[in-house]
Amino acid sequence: MELLLLYLSLALAFFKIGLFGFGGGYAMLSLIQHEIVVTHQWISVEDFTNIVAISQTTPGPIAFNSATYIGYSAVTDSGFSHLAGIIGSAICTLSVSVPSLILMTIVFLFFKKLSKSQMLQAVLQFLRPAVIGLIAAAALMLVTPDNFVDVKSWAIFGIVAIASLKKADPILLIALSGVAGFFLY
Amino acid sequence: MNKYRQYYELFSVFFKIGAFTFGGGYAMISLIRNEVTQKRKWLDDEEFMDMLAIAQSLPGPISLNTALFVGNKRKGFKGSLFAGAGIIVPSFVVILLIALVFAQFKDNLVVKKVFLGIRPAVVALIAAPLFSLGKAANLNWQNLWIPVLVAVLVWKFSVSPVFIVLGTVMLGIAWFILSKRNPNQ
Repeated sequence: MELLLLYLSLALAFFKIGLFGFGGGYAMLSLIQHEIVVTHQWISVEDFTNIVAISQTTPGPIAFNSATYIGYSAVTDSGFSHLAGIIGSAICTLSVSVPSLILMTIVFLFFKKLSKSQMLQAVLQFLRPAVIGLIAAAALMLVTPDNFVDVKSWAIFGIVAIASLKKADPILLIALSGVAGFFLY
Repeated sequence: MNKYRQYYELFSVFFKIGAFTFGGGYAMISLIRNEVTQKRKWLDDEEFMDMLAIAQSLPGPISLNTALFVGNKRKGFKGSLFAGAGIIVPSFVVILLIALVFAQFKDNLVVKKVFLGIRPAVVALIAAPLFSLGKAANLNWQNLWIPVLVAVLVWKFSVSPVFIVLGTVMLGIAWFILSKRNPNQ
């Protein structure tokens, strides 16, 4: 019973993330973090940042990756079995995809009209800058004492930010930061 | 038999895209475009661009939205199920394996050190694209208040991004209706 309730609240949270996650990728992060870390506290900020790191080095969108990971870890951390965790991760992954399936099926019917719609353009004119704000919030929410333990953390942050602006490969940057972490701490 | 082959083809094309694009986003789009418009001619270029505009303005991961649209165009609703599954399955399998393994090693000292180095890098990787995204979204001194306000509300006041998205959409619709009434402005 307890497990069913956990499944249900995971499914609802990820359905919500799929339904309101505009802008893809990083823009969805603040929403995922708000639901998973702030509201339900299924995982810590520290673990959430680890998931984002894993997500950046593995194929697939962050929304799926975090759904799969959190579905498993939230269930097993509550004391349930591995199998229950795997089912949890399937439930979360499906829940985050269902809103897209419903919306794209509807959109397909009105496609020609919608792509020329002036109202959509007006909405996007506000949504695009808002999405930038959501990404900024996602970054700011991750600036916590657990993620930035000392001045060395900020040095890594600064170097990676500059390298990334110079179009360095993100996977390489993460690998190098991991090596740096091993030697610095 | 031929019918099944087309479903399988949809699944396998998007499986390949799901398995080999890291970090999601724009690298993925050029790969999808190559497969769908050049190699297979499922969509022409103009259709693809219109579809992309819609896939980006709807909630949910852009790659999933794109897969669902192309699947629907090829074989209707069932086609979109197969294409969508193709995108989801690779990242699901990879992340599930990582979740199973990572749970055992999370408290290992070496892993802890490595992730201590990685976490600030993750925050940098999220923050760095803000500049180029800001340019792409036509940010200027007149609309800069939108992302700043959004970031502060979500970060400092824990406002759910759901409300930000709903509010922005309503603002866009209101703007559209008002500017229709006063075409001079």
